[in-house]
Amino acid sequence: MSTNATEHQGALNGIRVCDFCGQLAGAGATRTLAALGAQVIRIEDPTNDGSWDILRGAPPFVDERRGPELGGAFNNHNVGKLGVSIDLRDERGRDVVRQLIAVSDVVTENFAAGVLARHGFSYDDLVAIKSDIVYVSNCGFGHTGPYRDYRTWGPIVQACSGLTATSGLPDQPPAGWGYSYMDHMGAGMMSVAILAALVHRDETGEGQWVDMSCVEAGAALLGPDLLNVTVNDERSAIPGTFDSNRSRRRVMAPHGIYSANGDDEWVAIACRDDADWQALGDAVGEPLSTDERFRRADDRVVLQDDLDAEVSAWTRDRNQHAVVAELTRRGVPCSIVARPRDRIDEHPATFERGLFPVVDHPEMGKVRVDGLPMHLDRTDWSIDAPAPLLGQHNDSVLGDVLGMTASEIGTLRSDGVIG
Amino acid sequence: MITESGSRTGPLAGLVVVELASELGAFGGKLLADLGADVVLVEPPGGHPSREIGPLAGGVHESSELRERSLWWWHYNTSKQGVVLDLNDVVGADAFRSLVGDADIVLEAEQRARLGELGLDHSDLRDLAPRVVWVSVTPYGRDRPESDLPYTDLTMMAGAGPVWNCGYDDPHLPPVRPSDDQALQMAGVAAVTGALAAIVHRGRDGIGQHIDVSVFDAVNVLTESGTFVWNVAGQTVRRQTGRHAAVQPTMQTQVLASDENWVTTGFPPRKRHELENLIGWMRELGLDEEFEEFFFLEMGVERGGVRSAEIPDDVVATNIFGASRDAMTLLASRLGAYEFFRGAQDHGIAVGLIYRPDQVLDDPHLVARGFPVEVAHDLVDTSVVYPGAPYRFTLTPWSVSRAPHLGEHQSRLGGT
Repeated sequence: MSTNATEHQGALNGIRVCDFCGQLAGAGATRTLAALGAQVIRIEDPTNDGSWDILRGAPPFVDERRGPELGGAFNNHNVGKLGVSIDLRDERGRDVVRQLIAVSDVVTENFAAGVLARHGFSYDDLVAIKSDIVYVSNCGFGHTGPYRDYRTWGPIVQACSGLTATSGLPDQPPAGWGYSYMDHMGAGMMSVAILAALVHRDETGEGQWVDMSCVEAGAALLGPDLLNVTVNDERSAIPGTFDSNRSRRRVMAPHGIYSANGDDEWVAIACRDDADWQALGDAVGEPLSTDERFRRADDRVVLQDDLDAEVSAWTRDRNQHAVVAELTRRGVPCSIVARPRDRIDEHPATFERGLFPVVDHPEMGKVRVDGLPMHLDRTDWSIDAPAPLLGQHNDSVLGDVLGMTASEIGTLRSDGVIG
Repeated sequence: MITESGSRTGPLAGLVVVELASELGAFGGKLLADLGADVVLVEPPGGHPSREIGPLAGGVHESSELRERSLWWWHYNTSKQGVVLDLNDVVGADAFRSLVGDADIVLEAEQRARLGELGLDHSDLRDLAPRVVWVSVTPYGRDRPESDLPYTDLTMMAGAGPVWNCGYDDPHLPPVRPSDDQALQMAGVAAVTGALAAIVHRGRDGIGQHIDVSVFDAVNVLTESGTFVWNVAGQTVRRQTGRHAAVQPTMQTQVLASDENWVTTGFPPRKRHELENLIGWMRELGLDEEFEEFFFLEMGVERGGVRSAEIPDDVVATNIFGASRDAMTLLASRLGAYEFFRGAQDHGIAVGLIYRPDQVLDDPHLVARGFPVEVAHDLVDTSVVYPGAPYRFTLTPWSVSRAPHLGEHQSRLGGT
């Protein structure tokens, strides 16, 4: 089909997704499906320049131009999707969507709970249209429970799930994540949910609704910490009383992030055992290497403040890459704290595995985007099309997928039902 | 609270997975197992070393061995069946081949050369098991020499991006790695995504494939704005206290509530209805009189709210926005964290409270949804509460049972 900008020999060829997702927590899931070969048809609202998804027109930008087709994050999160703009307030618009759902395998959304149902697309409505539909909703607190109407975005999800408080340094507030980790991981878990539901449907012919709460998905990433509470009845450490750069559960020390020579340059060093400690000691030399206080692993953990001061004194005046080269040669786990340039432009593994493919966007030009962190040897992923412009595929989707005539589509457009 | 059910009901019921015990693969195997797949976890004689990762369970029966007490093991190996095999000897290798022959998915995170040296890699067993989807998880990919270098979660998170984004406004404080082995969990999600996509594809043509997952790559593509700000605008973000790393500094969002718990205020209210709600909430609490900038909030309603784009050039809009932020900070400092969270959200203002892990499982919403799940254990006298479903499958529920003891399901191996 000529309409499918994403068509390649992907694992999910033949799967069609009717996608109401926006932002990253939802859009990130369907972008993965598109990269794996699914046909993802993203529904947008033609009014207000498509600002239904606030990332349209939001920074970063490639240059000084601004507008709904120039949002860099939007492009990143929607590569490989087809875009249609349909006014859901209009009954004829809802009818177009019903036709689309009738030929789709999956419906996805990450509105606040109840929003899609109020547009006329509750799960019961979806089943009436397509009996084996897979419907996956993803919102902060899920579609049931006392907080179901509460709104969230990444930092709120991370706060409420415990992921923010577990990151930080002594005598400081919680450090949190510095980005919307749970938008990514929520999207990842949503992909897993969609695929598992598809596997079940392929096996049994049964569709279903999967109600995902991003806060629950986040809390589920703290397993051993939570079990330590429920099994051992231990209270969790209060923010400001621990250093999350240290190894909190395993006997590893030194284990930290140390200042290197240069502006805001840092190295991470982790000694897993006595052999690593010996190797680090050999690199640093005396007196640290023969300091009796640090000979036993348990003592190193107890005396970590002193130990960190010694290690810092060694790294402080050294180039970060020199430290990493020296310790790597000796078999000690270590890394620079990579800036974006270091890990995207300058790491050979990134380049050779094609981790950041380039798409050619009609307004933004050539832009690098996130790839997928795996390769499939028969049906690998591929990202070669940018995010759709607002309503870019209205004609092709309504025509080729739904079989409407040009004059039917023209009427919908002139009546403002589609953008 | 939902109680564990004996039979597997999840969406992946019927799928057979052979997993070689590992740190990097364990989470992917758990995701599959909790979704109903029949996961056979293969350990070496004496048990996999990850059985020693702390914290350890206290209060277990005296007879239980140390290697049965790792809470890391308990969590990451739920719902799996355990067998012991020595892949280095002929009998063990044959038993492994036999397991693979009956499997839908193989999941392993061995040193990248090891299985090839044993003649047990995916390419060696392809003829035996052409339908198998074989997932390899390695630090940098099967094709990369860096995969042979030592690493830990700390060095991976530093090298692949998250640490650069996390930390504090004070540039002299080191950047921060968040807790709880997140790198291996990112890799686990990638492994399962690839595996299930390949299973869907196998449903079309009957043939499996090999999936090569890189932990470094998994972390590297999950760093949001740090990445796309660089890729799109060529700019480097800088870490800030408890909020998004950014090119231009942004305002503080975390406030210590009156009960010494932290909250995050997020974007202050700025739309008309949000400002109306904020005004109403402050009046209910009697804070309108003492808040000196209150009239700015009313001005904000009169002008129909403010837009982010109006700041900082429009002085009035900037004052309204500042007053809104100050109002949220005042409210947070006067209320307990939970009271602030519920109050703001009940007034349509999106904020969060910064829970410690020990507070999460007591949250009334999560309790009402049945997120804390009781799991039966035989080493302790009571059941144990685990984190529950990350997704609610309404027809084929997610479920969880305890991790296997060493060699508990050896009978799965038939003759051996």
